[in-house]
Amino acid sequence: MEKIPIIKVGDTLLVSIQTDLQDQVAMTMQTDLLGRIEQTSARGVIIDISVVDIVDSFLGRVLSDTASMARIMNAVVVVVGIQPSVAITLVELGLELKQIPTALNVERGLQLLRERIAWEDHAVADGAESRELGREEERARNGHG
Amino acid sequence: MKGQKFLEILRKRKDEILENWVKRQLPLAGKGGVTSDELRRQCVEFLDLLENVIQSGASSPDDPKTAPIVEFLKEVSRDRVMRGFSPTETAVFIFSLKEIVLPMLQPLAKNEETFSSEVMPLSLLLDQMGLLTFEQYLNNREEVIARQQLDMTELSTPVVKIWEGILALPLIGTLDSRRTMTVMEKLLQKIVDTTATVAILDITGVPTVDTLVANHIMKTVAATRLLGAEVIITGVSPAIAQTIVHLGVDLSGIQTRATMAEGLKLALRMTKQQMTEEARNGVNLLEKGIAAAQTAQARKGRS
Repeated sequence: MEKIPIIKVGDTLLVSIQTDLQDQVAMTMQTDLLGRIEQTSARGVIIDISVVDIVDSFLGRVLSDTASMARIMNAVVVVVGIQPSVAITLVELGLELKQIPTALNVERGLQLLRERIAWEDHAVADGAESRELGREEERARNGHG
Repeated sequence: MKGQKFLEILRKRKDEILENWVKRQLPLAGKGGVTSDELRRQCVEFLDLLENVIQSGASSPDDPKTAPIVEFLKEVSRDRVMRGFSPTETAVFIFSLKEIVLPMLQPLAKNEETFSSEVMPLSLLLDQMGLLTFEQYLNNREEVIARQQLDMTELSTPVVKIWEGILALPLIGTLDSRRTMTVMEKLLQKIVDTTATVAILDITGVPTVDTLVANHIMKTVAATRLLGAEVIITGVSPAIAQTIVHLGVDLSGIQTRATMAEGLKLALRMTKQQMTEEARNGVNLLEKGIAAAQTAQARKGRS
């Protein structure tokens, strides 16, 4: 059975789907990808489906599931290269993939990924800072009290 | 033999028939650029074809022997539709001939035998041909309408690149499912072609927005997002804003503005943000590069 290649570029994994995906291949891809995220502690994943002509409800779900799973493992999944016809089909099927960030091509996807990760890091840093501030305030209050 | 007497009459008095027939149609000459010469030519050709048909003994337009005359009639009919003739004016071509020919057959009608063998078949044949022109007229008319409809859909949904990375889509007319599909396809293709990141969907020219139209718009927005672009809806008139809220349509996930100008302003801000982001990243890369070069130099100096 064919396998979908997963390429590591820096801290990003690039999954380039070159054929129309059979259900089983899609599932294998999901497992492989999660494994690679664990091995490489990648922060970002780009799934390029620009060659895929047909995205059915199953594949749509696999993609959004994969994104959620990767999310839990602290990796952002961006799906790129959705063709106009595929986008129309997905919308008609009611699969708007709202939880997955999408971009026009790999280049844009990388850019989006960088923004997302930077934003998340900021959020984490801010969170830590505000918690730190909170603790300091508490300490100060305790000191006064 | 059926129609042989008429064949004789037709051959003998062809010029007379032709003159009278052309005279009857003269009021139509000049309309849509049809000259009387052209009319005469059509009449001559038809009479010749009719002579052949009657000689061959064919009695209805379904007969393969009548194929040339049927083709000729279709041609005439199509020509007249294009020139803007009315259905009656098109059918007059055949029926005026009938008016002229039938009186000539008057003597034959008195005799029961010749009536059923000469007059009736000819009358039927001409009637059927008249109907044929009529039917052809309708077919052609429908074709014209279908083409116009297509043109309208195309014309009323232009996708314009108004700025680097910004597309504008001024929608004009009522949105139905078919037009929404055209809009969606054209927009998505244009996004792929121009790698635009923002599309301004202007609905100033859309008279009413009901739940169906709103649904179509939402679908377009969702499809656009799948390609990694954002949609701004502009030209929301007070009336449409009221309807949308009354209908309970949720547009909260979509940027909306009252005018196209406001939309463009927002779009520029959205793309500029991306640009500064890019610029910042570029600077970062540059700084990193310089830092790397410096450390490399320092290392070299040390060794």
